[in-house]
Amino acid sequence: MRRRGGCDLTHGSGPSEVARTDQDRRREVIRRGLGIAVAVGTYGLSFGAAATTAGLSVTQACALSLLVFTGASQFALVGVLGAGGSAVAGVATALLLGSRNAMYAVALSGLIPMSRRRRLLAAQVTIDESTAVAMTSPLPLAGLGFWTAGLGVYVFWNLATLLGAVGAASVDTHALGLDAAVGAAFLGLLWPRLRDAPRLAVGGALVAAAAVPLAPVGVPVLLAGLAVLPVLVRR
Amino acid sequence: MIWAAVLATAAGCYLLKVTGWFVPASVLERPRVRAASALLPVALLSALVVVQVFADGRSLVVDARAAALVAAAVCLWRRLPFVVVVLVAAATAALLRAL
Repeated sequence: MRRRGGCDLTHGSGPSEVARTDQDRRREVIRRGLGIAVAVGTYGLSFGAAATTAGLSVTQACALSLLVFTGASQFALVGVLGAGGSAVAGVATALLLGSRNAMYAVALSGLIPMSRRRRLLAAQVTIDESTAVAMTSPLPLAGLGFWTAGLGVYVFWNLATLLGAVGAASVDTHALGLDAAVGAAFLGLLWPRLRDAPRLAVGGALVAAAAVPLAPVGVPVLLAGLAVLPVLVRR
Repeated sequence: MIWAAVLATAAGCYLLKVTGWFVPASVLERPRVRAASALLPVALLSALVVVQVFADGRSLVVDARAAALVAAAVCLWRRLPFVVVVLVAAATAALLRAL
Protein backbone atom coordinates (compact mmCIF):
# COMPACT_ATOMS: atom_id res chain seq x y z
CA MET A 1 0.00 0.00 0.00
CA ARG A 2 1.20 3.43 -0.81
CA ARG A 3 1.61 5.82 2.09
CA ARG A 4 2.94 9.32 2.16
CA GLY A 5 5.00 10.44 5.15
CA GLY A 6 4.35 13.64 7.06
CA CYS A 7 0.65 14.29 7.03
CA ASP A 8 -0.32 10.65 7.32
CA LEU A 9 -1.70 10.45 10.87
CA THR A 10 -3.64 7.22 10.55
CA HIS A 11 -1.42 4.17 10.39
CA GLY A 12 -2.34 0.60 9.68
CA SER A 13 -5.22 -0.41 7.50
CA GLY A 14 -8.01 1.66 9.00
CA PRO A 15 -10.91 2.93 6.91
CA SER A 16 -9.26 6.32 6.28
CA GLU A 17 -6.21 4.63 4.78
CA VAL A 18 -8.43 2.65 2.46
CA ALA A 19 -10.20 5.87 1.52
CA ARG A 20 -6.90 7.55 0.86
CA THR A 21 -5.53 4.90 -1.49
CA ASP A 22 -8.90 4.86 -3.20
CA GLN A 23 -8.67 8.61 -3.64
CA ASP A 24 -5.09 8.25 -4.90
CA ARG A 25 -6.25 5.78 -7.51
CA ARG A 26 -9.08 8.06 -8.60
CA ARG A 27 -6.66 10.96 -8.88
CA GLU A 28 -4.24 8.83 -10.89
CA VAL A 29 -6.99 7.80 -13.32
CA ILE A 30 -8.11 11.42 -13.72
CA ARG A 31 -4.53 12.57 -14.24
CA ARG A 32 -4.01 10.00 -16.98
CA GLY A 33 -7.29 10.88 -18.66
CA LEU A 34 -6.49 14.58 -18.70
CA GLY A 35 -2.89 13.94 -19.81
CA ILE A 36 -4.16 12.09 -22.85
CA ALA A 37 -6.74 14.82 -23.45
CA VAL A 38 -4.06 17.52 -23.64
CA ALA A 39 -1.72 15.41 -25.79
CA VAL A 40 -4.43 14.50 -28.28
CA GLY A 41 -5.73 18.05 -28.19
CA THR A 42 -2.50 19.37 -29.66
CA TYR A 43 -3.00 16.87 -32.43
CA GLY A 44 -6.34 18.54 -33.17
CA LEU A 45 -4.30 21.55 -34.27
CA SER A 46 -2.93 19.56 -37.19
CA PHE A 47 -6.42 18.30 -38.03
CA GLY A 48 -7.82 21.84 -38.16
CA ALA A 49 -4.91 22.90 -40.35
CA ALA A 50 -5.28 19.83 -42.61
CA ALA A 51 -9.01 20.48 -43.04
CA THR A 52 -8.68 24.08 -44.20
CA THR A 53 -5.65 23.14 -46.33
CA ALA A 54 -7.89 20.57 -48.04
CA GLY A 55 -10.37 23.30 -48.92
CA LEU A 56 -12.90 22.98 -46.09
CA SER A 57 -14.17 26.10 -44.33
CA VAL A 58 -13.38 26.72 -40.67
CA THR A 59 -17.03 25.94 -39.85
CA GLN A 60 -16.84 22.63 -41.71
CA ALA A 61 -13.60 21.71 -39.93
CA CYS A 62 -15.20 22.45 -36.56
CA ALA A 63 -18.39 20.60 -37.49
CA LEU A 64 -16.31 17.50 -38.24
CA SER A 65 -14.61 17.60 -34.86
CA LEU A 66 -17.84 18.33 -32.98
CA LEU A 67 -20.02 15.79 -34.78
CA VAL A 68 -17.73 13.04 -36.12
CA PHE A 69 -15.20 13.12 -33.28
CA THR A 70 -12.93 10.27 -34.30
CA GLY A 71 -9.54 11.45 -35.53
CA ALA A 72 -8.51 8.94 -38.17
CA SER A 73 -11.91 9.12 -39.91
CA GLN A 74 -11.79 12.92 -39.93
CA PHE A 75 -8.28 12.94 -41.39
CA ALA A 76 -9.30 10.37 -43.99
CA LEU A 77 -12.30 12.39 -45.15
CA VAL A 78 -10.37 15.64 -45.55
CA GLY A 79 -7.44 13.76 -47.11
CA VAL A 80 -9.65 12.29 -49.84
CA LEU A 81 -11.57 15.54 -50.42
CA GLY A 82 -8.34 17.56 -50.46
CA ALA A 83 -6.84 15.30 -53.12
CA GLY A 84 -9.92 15.90 -55.30
CA GLY A 85 -11.62 12.60 -54.53
CA SER A 86 -15.37 12.09 -54.49
CA ALA A 87 -17.44 12.64 -51.35
CA VAL A 88 -18.65 9.05 -51.53
CA ALA A 89 -15.10 7.66 -51.48
CA GLY A 90 -14.20 10.00 -48.62
CA VAL A 91 -17.22 9.05 -46.51
CA ALA A 92 -16.77 5.33 -47.17
CA THR A 93 -13.12 5.44 -46.10
CA ALA A 94 -14.03 7.41 -42.98
CA LEU A 95 -16.73 4.90 -42.02
CA LEU A 96 -14.46 1.89 -42.55
CA LEU A 97 -11.92 3.50 -40.23
CA GLY A 98 -14.66 4.35 -37.72
CA SER A 99 -15.93 0.77 -37.52
CA ARG A 100 -13.44 -0.05 -34.78
CA ASN A 101 -15.31 2.30 -32.43
CA ALA A 102 -18.25 -0.13 -32.54
CA MET A 103 -15.95 -2.84 -31.17
CA TYR A 104 -14.71 -0.49 -28.47
CA ALA A 105 -18.30 0.20 -27.46
CA VAL A 106 -19.05 -3.52 -27.18
CA ALA A 107 -16.09 -3.99 -24.86
CA LEU A 108 -16.95 -0.89 -22.83
CA SER A 109 -20.64 -1.76 -22.41
CA GLY A 110 -19.59 -4.97 -20.70
CA LEU A 111 -17.19 -3.05 -18.47
CA ILE A 112 -19.12 0.08 -17.46
CA PRO A 113 -22.77 -0.23 -16.38
CA MET A 114 -24.80 2.69 -17.74
CA SER A 115 -28.41 3.76 -18.30
CA ARG A 116 -29.75 3.77 -21.86
CA ARG A 117 -29.81 7.54 -22.03
CA ARG A 118 -26.24 7.78 -20.72
CA ARG A 119 -25.15 5.33 -23.42
CA LEU A 120 -26.36 7.70 -26.12
CA LEU A 121 -23.95 10.31 -24.76
CA ALA A 122 -21.14 7.82 -24.09
CA ALA A 123 -21.30 6.72 -27.72
CA GLN A 124 -20.09 10.09 -28.99
CA VAL A 125 -16.91 9.96 -26.87
CA THR A 126 -16.18 6.28 -27.61
CA ILE A 127 -12.78 6.60 -29.30
CA ASP A 128 -9.24 5.12 -29.13
CA GLU A 129 -8.17 7.21 -26.15
CA SER A 130 -11.21 6.90 -23.87
CA THR A 131 -11.28 3.15 -24.49
CA ALA A 132 -7.57 2.80 -23.73
CA VAL A 133 -7.87 4.69 -20.44
CA ALA A 134 -11.01 2.78 -19.40
CA MET A 135 -9.41 -0.59 -20.18
CA THR A 136 -6.23 0.18 -18.25
CA SER A 137 -7.93 1.62 -15.14
CA PRO A 138 -8.72 -0.54 -12.09
CA LEU A 139 -12.17 -2.04 -12.73
CA PRO A 140 -14.40 0.12 -10.49
CA LEU A 141 -12.75 3.22 -11.98
CA ALA A 142 -13.14 2.22 -15.63
CA GLY A 143 -16.11 4.58 -15.96
CA LEU A 144 -14.19 7.47 -14.39
CA GLY A 145 -11.29 6.88 -16.79
CA PHE A 146 -13.62 6.64 -19.76
CA TRP A 147 -15.47 9.88 -19.03
CA THR A 148 -12.38 11.87 -18.02
CA ALA A 149 -10.49 10.91 -21.17
CA GLY A 150 -13.53 11.03 -23.45
CA LEU A 151 -14.88 14.41 -22.37
CA GLY A 152 -11.35 15.81 -21.89
CA VAL A 153 -10.30 14.85 -25.41
CA TYR A 154 -13.60 16.21 -26.72
CA VAL A 155 -12.95 19.65 -25.23
CA PHE A 156 -9.28 19.92 -26.23
CA TRP A 157 -9.76 18.33 -29.66
CA ASN A 158 -12.46 20.84 -30.57
CA LEU A 159 -10.62 23.88 -29.23
CA ALA A 160 -7.48 22.82 -31.10
CA THR A 161 -9.39 22.17 -34.31
CA LEU A 162 -10.72 25.74 -34.24
CA LEU A 163 -7.25 27.16 -33.59
CA GLY A 164 -5.61 25.03 -36.30
CA ALA A 165 -8.32 25.77 -38.85
CA VAL A 166 -8.25 29.53 -38.26
CA GLY A 167 -4.43 29.53 -38.24
CA ALA A 168 -4.05 27.58 -41.48
CA ALA A 169 -6.82 29.53 -43.21
CA SER A 170 -4.73 32.69 -42.94
CA VAL A 171 -1.39 31.40 -44.31
CA ASP A 172 0.06 29.87 -47.53
CA THR A 173 -0.31 26.21 -46.56
CA HIS A 174 1.67 24.88 -49.53
CA ALA A 175 4.70 27.08 -48.81
CA LEU A 176 4.60 26.04 -45.16
CA GLY A 177 4.46 22.35 -46.10
CA LEU A 178 1.18 21.78 -44.24
CA ASP A 179 -0.05 19.42 -46.97
CA ALA A 180 3.02 17.24 -46.34
CA ALA A 181 2.19 17.23 -42.64
CA VAL A 182 -1.02 15.29 -43.38
CA GLY A 183 1.01 12.31 -44.63
CA ALA A 184 3.08 12.52 -41.46
CA ALA A 185 -0.13 12.55 -39.40
CA PHE A 186 -1.32 9.34 -41.08
CA LEU A 187 2.07 7.75 -40.45
CA GLY A 188 1.84 8.83 -36.81
CA LEU A 189 -1.55 7.14 -36.49
CA LEU A 190 -0.26 4.02 -38.24
CA TRP A 191 3.02 3.75 -36.30
CA PRO A 192 1.77 2.21 -33.00
CA ARG A 193 -0.32 -0.33 -34.98
CA LEU A 194 2.48 -1.35 -37.34
CA ARG A 195 3.74 -4.08 -35.04
CA ASP A 196 0.30 -5.76 -34.99
CA ALA A 197 0.26 -6.44 -38.70
CA PRO A 198 3.28 -5.28 -40.70
CA ARG A 199 2.34 -7.36 -43.73
CA LEU A 200 -1.13 -5.84 -43.84
CA ALA A 201 0.46 -2.40 -43.82
CA VAL A 202 2.72 -3.30 -46.75
CA GLY A 203 -0.19 -4.92 -48.56
CA GLY A 204 -2.39 -1.88 -48.09
CA ALA A 205 0.36 0.42 -49.33
CA LEU A 206 1.04 -1.70 -52.44
CA VAL A 207 -2.63 -2.01 -53.40
CA ALA A 208 -3.09 1.74 -52.99
CA ALA A 209 0.00 2.56 -55.05
CA ALA A 210 -1.03 0.17 -57.81
CA ALA A 211 -4.55 1.62 -57.85
CA VAL A 212 -3.60 5.31 -57.99
CA PRO A 213 -3.12 5.44 -61.79
CA LEU A 214 -6.11 3.16 -62.43
CA ALA A 215 -8.90 4.29 -60.12
CA PRO A 216 -10.53 7.68 -59.44
CA VAL A 217 -8.96 9.77 -56.68
CA GLY A 218 -10.01 8.53 -53.23
CA VAL A 219 -10.87 5.04 -54.40
CA PRO A 220 -7.36 3.48 -54.01
CA VAL A 221 -7.61 3.68 -50.22
CA LEU A 222 -10.98 1.95 -50.27
CA LEU A 223 -9.62 -0.72 -52.58
CA ALA A 224 -6.73 -1.31 -50.17
CA GLY A 225 -9.21 -1.82 -47.33
CA LEU A 226 -11.41 -4.15 -49.36
CA ALA A 227 -8.41 -6.12 -50.63
CA VAL A 228 -7.25 -7.04 -47.15
CA LEU A 229 -10.72 -7.86 -45.78
CA PRO A 230 -10.70 -11.48 -47.05
CA VAL A 231 -7.29 -11.95 -45.40
CA LEU A 232 -8.66 -10.64 -42.10
CA VAL A 233 -11.81 -12.71 -42.18
CA ARG A 234 -9.93 -15.92 -42.96
CA ARG A 235 -7.69 -15.60 -39.90
CA MET B 1 -21.12 18.67 -51.42
CA ILE B 2 -18.58 19.02 -48.61
CA TRP B 3 -21.40 19.62 -46.13
CA ALA B 4 -23.17 16.48 -47.32
CA ALA B 5 -19.95 14.50 -46.76
CA VAL B 6 -19.45 16.06 -43.32
CA LEU B 7 -22.99 15.22 -42.20
CA ALA B 8 -22.98 11.72 -43.70
CA THR B 9 -19.69 10.94 -41.96
CA ALA B 10 -21.02 12.33 -38.68
CA ALA B 11 -24.22 10.27 -38.89
CA GLY B 12 -22.38 7.11 -39.92
CA CYS B 13 -19.66 7.38 -37.30
CA TYR B 14 -22.19 8.03 -34.51
CA LEU B 15 -24.29 5.11 -35.69
CA LEU B 16 -21.24 2.83 -35.53
CA LYS B 17 -20.41 3.97 -32.01
CA VAL B 18 -23.95 3.74 -30.69
CA THR B 19 -24.53 0.31 -32.28
CA GLY B 20 -21.75 -1.12 -30.14
CA TRP B 21 -23.36 0.23 -26.97
CA PHE B 22 -26.80 -1.26 -27.69
CA VAL B 23 -26.24 -4.39 -29.74
CA PRO B 24 -25.93 -7.64 -27.72
CA ALA B 25 -22.24 -8.46 -27.37
CA SER B 26 -22.67 -11.87 -29.00
CA VAL B 27 -23.50 -10.26 -32.36
CA LEU B 28 -20.32 -8.22 -32.75
CA GLU B 29 -17.96 -10.11 -30.53
CA ARG B 30 -17.09 -12.87 -32.97
CA PRO B 31 -13.33 -13.35 -33.33
CA ARG B 32 -13.39 -12.66 -37.08
CA VAL B 33 -15.38 -9.46 -36.79
CA ARG B 34 -13.15 -8.37 -33.94
CA ALA B 35 -9.91 -9.10 -35.85
CA ALA B 36 -11.19 -7.38 -38.96
CA SER B 37 -12.12 -4.17 -37.20
CA ALA B 38 -8.90 -4.12 -35.20
CA LEU B 39 -6.62 -4.70 -38.17
CA LEU B 40 -8.48 -2.93 -40.97
CA PRO B 41 -7.14 0.46 -39.84
CA VAL B 42 -3.57 -0.79 -40.41
CA ALA B 43 -4.21 -1.37 -44.11
CA LEU B 44 -6.32 1.77 -44.51
CA LEU B 45 -3.85 4.07 -42.78
CA SER B 46 -0.90 2.73 -44.71
CA ALA B 47 -2.87 3.21 -47.94
CA LEU B 48 -3.68 6.75 -46.82
CA VAL B 49 0.02 7.45 -46.25
CA VAL B 50 0.86 6.31 -49.78
CA VAL B 51 -1.92 8.29 -51.42
CA GLN B 52 -1.33 11.42 -49.36
CA VAL B 53 2.42 11.42 -50.00
CA PHE B 54 2.97 9.94 -53.46
CA ALA B 55 -0.22 10.63 -55.42
CA ASP B 56 -0.65 13.72 -57.55
CA GLY B 57 -4.09 13.30 -59.02
CA ARG B 58 -3.84 9.96 -60.80
CA SER B 59 -0.06 9.75 -61.10
CA LEU B 60 2.60 8.72 -58.59
CA VAL B 61 5.32 11.28 -57.90
CA VAL B 62 8.23 11.67 -55.49
CA ASP B 63 8.52 15.26 -54.30
CA ALA B 64 9.01 17.29 -51.10
CA ARG B 65 6.23 15.31 -49.43
CA ALA B 66 8.33 12.12 -49.63
CA ALA B 67 11.23 13.84 -47.85
CA ALA B 68 8.76 15.05 -45.22
CA LEU B 69 7.56 11.47 -44.73
CA VAL B 70 11.12 10.23 -44.18
CA ALA B 71 11.69 13.01 -41.65
CA ALA B 72 8.44 12.04 -39.89
CA ALA B 73 9.47 8.39 -39.79
CA VAL B 74 12.78 9.33 -38.16
CA CYS B 75 10.91 11.39 -35.55
CA LEU B 76 8.52 8.53 -34.81
CA TRP B 77 11.40 6.10 -34.53
CA ARG B 78 13.03 8.50 -32.02
CA ARG B 79 9.70 8.46 -30.13
CA LEU B 80 9.16 12.19 -30.44
CA PRO B 81 5.67 13.56 -29.64
CA PHE B 82 3.04 13.73 -32.37
CA VAL B 83 3.15 17.51 -32.67
CA VAL B 84 6.91 17.43 -33.25
CA VAL B 85 6.51 14.75 -35.92
CA VAL B 86 3.96 16.84 -37.80
CA LEU B 87 5.93 20.08 -37.44
CA VAL B 88 9.22 18.52 -38.59
CA ALA B 89 7.45 17.04 -41.63
CA ALA B 90 5.93 20.40 -42.55
CA ALA B 91 9.23 22.21 -42.02
CA THR B 92 11.08 19.69 -44.21
CA ALA B 93 8.66 20.17 -47.10
CA ALA B 94 8.64 23.95 -46.62
CA LEU B 95 12.44 24.08 -46.69
CA LEU B 96 12.74 21.97 -49.85
CA ARG B 97 10.09 24.09 -51.60
CA ALA B 98 11.83 27.32 -50.62
CA LEU B 99 15.16 26.14 -52.10
